Amino acid sequence: MSTPNPTGSVAGNGLKLGVLLMATPLLLWLVLLVLLPHIDLLMVSLRERISYGKYEFSFVNYIEFFTEPLYWNTYVRTATMSILATALTLLIGFPVAYYIAKVMRGRAKNVLFLLCLIPFWVSELVRTFGWMILLRESGVVSHFLQWAGLVDGPVEMLYNDVTIMVGLVYTSMLFMVVPLVSVLDSLDDSLIEAGYDLGGNAFTVTRDIVIPHAMPGIASGCIVVFMLTLGNYLTPTLLGGKSSLWFTDQIYTQFITRFNWETGSAFGFLLLVLSSFIVWLGLKLSRQTLSDTVG
Amino acid sequence: MIPSIPQSRYAKGLYGAYVALFFVYLAAPLVVVGVFAFNNSLFPSMPWEGATLNWFLGDKDPYIGIFHDEALLRSVGTSAFVACWVTVLSISVGTCNAFLFERGKFPGKNLLYMVAISPLVIPGVILGISILVFSNAVANGVENVFGWEWDFLRPGLFLVILGQFAFITTITTLIISARLRKFDITLEEAALNLGATRFDAIRTITIPFLKPALIGAAIVSFLMSFENFNTTLMLVGSDAPLTIAMFDRLKQGSTPVLNALSLLLMVVSGVLALLSVFAQRDRREKGAP
Repeated sequence: MSTPNPTGSVAGNGLKLGVLLMATPLLLWLVLLVLLPHIDLLMVSLRERISYGKYEFSFVNYIEFFTEPLYWNTYVRTATMSILATALTLLIGFPVAYYIAKVMRGRAKNVLFLLCLIPFWVSELVRTFGWMILLRESGVVSHFLQWAGLVDGPVEMLYNDVTIMVGLVYTSMLFMVVPLVSVLDSLDDSLIEAGYDLGGNAFTVTRDIVIPHAMPGIASGCIVVFMLTLGNYLTPTLLGGKSSLWFTDQIYTQFITRFNWETGSAFGFLLLVLSSFIVWLGLKLSRQTLSDTVG
Repeated sequence: MIPSIPQSRYAKGLYGAYVALFFVYLAAPLVVVGVFAFNNSLFPSMPWEGATLNWFLGDKDPYIGIFHDEALLRSVGTSAFVACWVTVLSISVGTCNAFLFERGKFPGKNLLYMVAISPLVIPGVILGISILVFSNAVANGVENVFGWEWDFLRPGLFLVILGQFAFITTITTLIISARLRKFDITLEEAALNLGATRFDAIRTITIPFLKPALIGAAIVSFLMSFENFNTTLMLVGSDAPLTIAMFDRLKQGSTPVLNALSLLLMVVSGVLALLSVFAQRDRREKGAP
């Protein structure tokens, strides 16, 4: 605490004490609820239960993860599905964000943007419930298809990977569209016009002008969507049923059903490592910092 | 493709249709949830059996409406209780943090800031299990050394509040910091020159300036807490908050009483969302002085 006080208007000592007082809740929050729990999670994942209340240091939980194909496959599957969901969200959301930012004007633009946001104020549980009503065997889509004569009997559309993907993309859309709209909003129309004047077409202008400009928004949208999808529990479990094979479900099973906290902690730590690695990679590739992305 | 560039009608129409289809995709699940709240059938599914208000007002088994479903109502109360605590705690700590990060100068500030925003990139399930493991370790330690039973550190509402508070505080810190950054420090200095104490200056000048952000952050944290599932799932004890209670019912299959409840939730969150948008708009129009 050797640096001078910020405003230069109040005596130094009082302010130092003030900073210390202000920092107390911050430090309590970060140390007790973020740092220590995660350190403890790592410690628990690195021990083996010998007998009641006796533990020894060992890598057995991590070895179990790498030798048991079910765990390993679920991990890889969750990561691949999350990457796919992120890519799909970007592909579907980008034209919509562009439409809102560049094609719409004035009041209609604000209204459309607001309409985009409102579904996401509703709990994820309610949104997933909606998809279940639409897609289950006795659901709306199945009845519509029968009524239209496209299928003969009821169709079950729940409990497969496509449905999980539909739900994941739906749930993540907001976190892609919002950063994209704000970054595209800052693109000057005259740059697009110049691109056309110089003989570009819709494809080349998008490739050479719009996308490079939108890169920061694309990066932050993708990072957030990937992270949320990887850590999602509700959507894969409800829409995928028993076949969801999502890694968070494995963690839940280890912790709550099997009461095997050591293995569960190891799984949690592995998921945290994967998630942090992808966030770090995304930030490096797009040359951004974490504070730019979330701030 | 901007309005000043001529495009074929066909391309324009196709683009418009795509965006319209996107909004149908956004609205579809919410609309069906709402509509089936009025279906006179025991299951929230087709066929349509005619309209009824039983799922709101009914009190005869099996037609128990939401206003007579004791278990669900209790879980709404539990969620509201948790959300109120989380809101109060995260707004207080968030405000302190905002002042510290925007005004304070101390070594290690950047590092501390990085740690403070890290809860946003920790998946909710992992935040939940790490707090569960740690609080359990503390409770066991206290019991072994002192022989005290600290039951509040076992899964239950206290831990749910702590777990949600752990990441919602990051969000309130960011919202309040953004507003504080726009504040003109000379206003506070003027108050000090005119003889106000530092505390008075902050109370009468800075806090009123922060009010839109405080209201916005309060609404956001209340809703995020109310709707949180991942962290809560790992820390919950015997009193289930609403999302957990609804999840259990959904897995078992339930009557459309869940639709009725969802519809009411949608209306409430819609209203809160609009309120927070207006709070933000207030901020934009008045702007920084």
